[in-house]
Amino acid sequence: MELLMDCIKAFLVGGLLCAIGQILIDYTKLTPARILVSFVVSGVILGGIGVYEPLVKFAGAGATVPLTGFGYSLANGVREAVDKEGLIGALTGGLCASSGGITAAMLLAILVALFFHSHDKS
Amino acid sequence: MNLSPTQYEALVKRASPKSKAPKTILCAFLIGGGICVIGQLLRSWFLSSNISETHTATLVAASLILLSALLTGLGVYDNLAKYAGAGTLVPITGFANAVVSPALEFKSEGFILGLGAKIFIIAGPVIAYGTIASVIYGVIYWLFTAAF
Repeated sequence: MELLMDCIKAFLVGGLLCAIGQILIDYTKLTPARILVSFVVSGVILGGIGVYEPLVKFAGAGATVPLTGFGYSLANGVREAVDKEGLIGALTGGLCASSGGITAAMLLAILVALFFHSHDKS
Repeated sequence: MNLSPTQYEALVKRASPKSKAPKTILCAFLIGGGICVIGQLLRSWFLSSNISETHTATLVAASLILLSALLTGLGVYDNLAKYAGAGTLVPITGFANAVVSPALEFKSEGFILGLGAKIFIIAGPVIAYGTIASVIYGVIYWLFTAAF
């Protein structure tokens, strides 16, 4: 039953973060790209001041899957790298921690483009 | 017909379609939450197989990116996005869609300046500003830990 509770918490928190994104789309003039950038930067700030960590503990994937979680992993990576290596870690930690996702996206973009064709957007 | 600006505004308001905002927000909540549940199932599974927290985060992200890339290739993800709005944009699957979608679209312009450049049309700013924010945070964090 723990799995069910975890899924419900992930659903509620993840859904809420997406609803915030939709409110920004509906009620402001922010474009989707700007919203994504704001979510990632917010994730870095919230991760940095230590607010996001408890949310991850509570909601699991509900907090890590939305793009704020991407920002959170950037902030986490930088903090760990600075702890280990000093100031140079500020330059290396962020992309190190998020390299898996970025690389997977690039690799799959090429693979998918080799096997599929563009769809009519109408 | 003589109308004052306020009367005209009222007419326009009556004639324009009702805002669908509450419905779009609900759709975003349900579909976005659903994607996070898929992520949570994967996360619980990886964690129960004794994979570390850090590796689990990467594996969940990579799995969702794989799923989203395939659905984008099949044209399913963009159809879902018509209903889900931010529900398909905000999760990491939306990031993957933003990379794969231009790859498909701009492949015809060549693999270097078409596909290779355009996959970063949305992901680029996200990665750039996210990384810059993390560097700023890293410097502040370093100043605090070094000073105290």
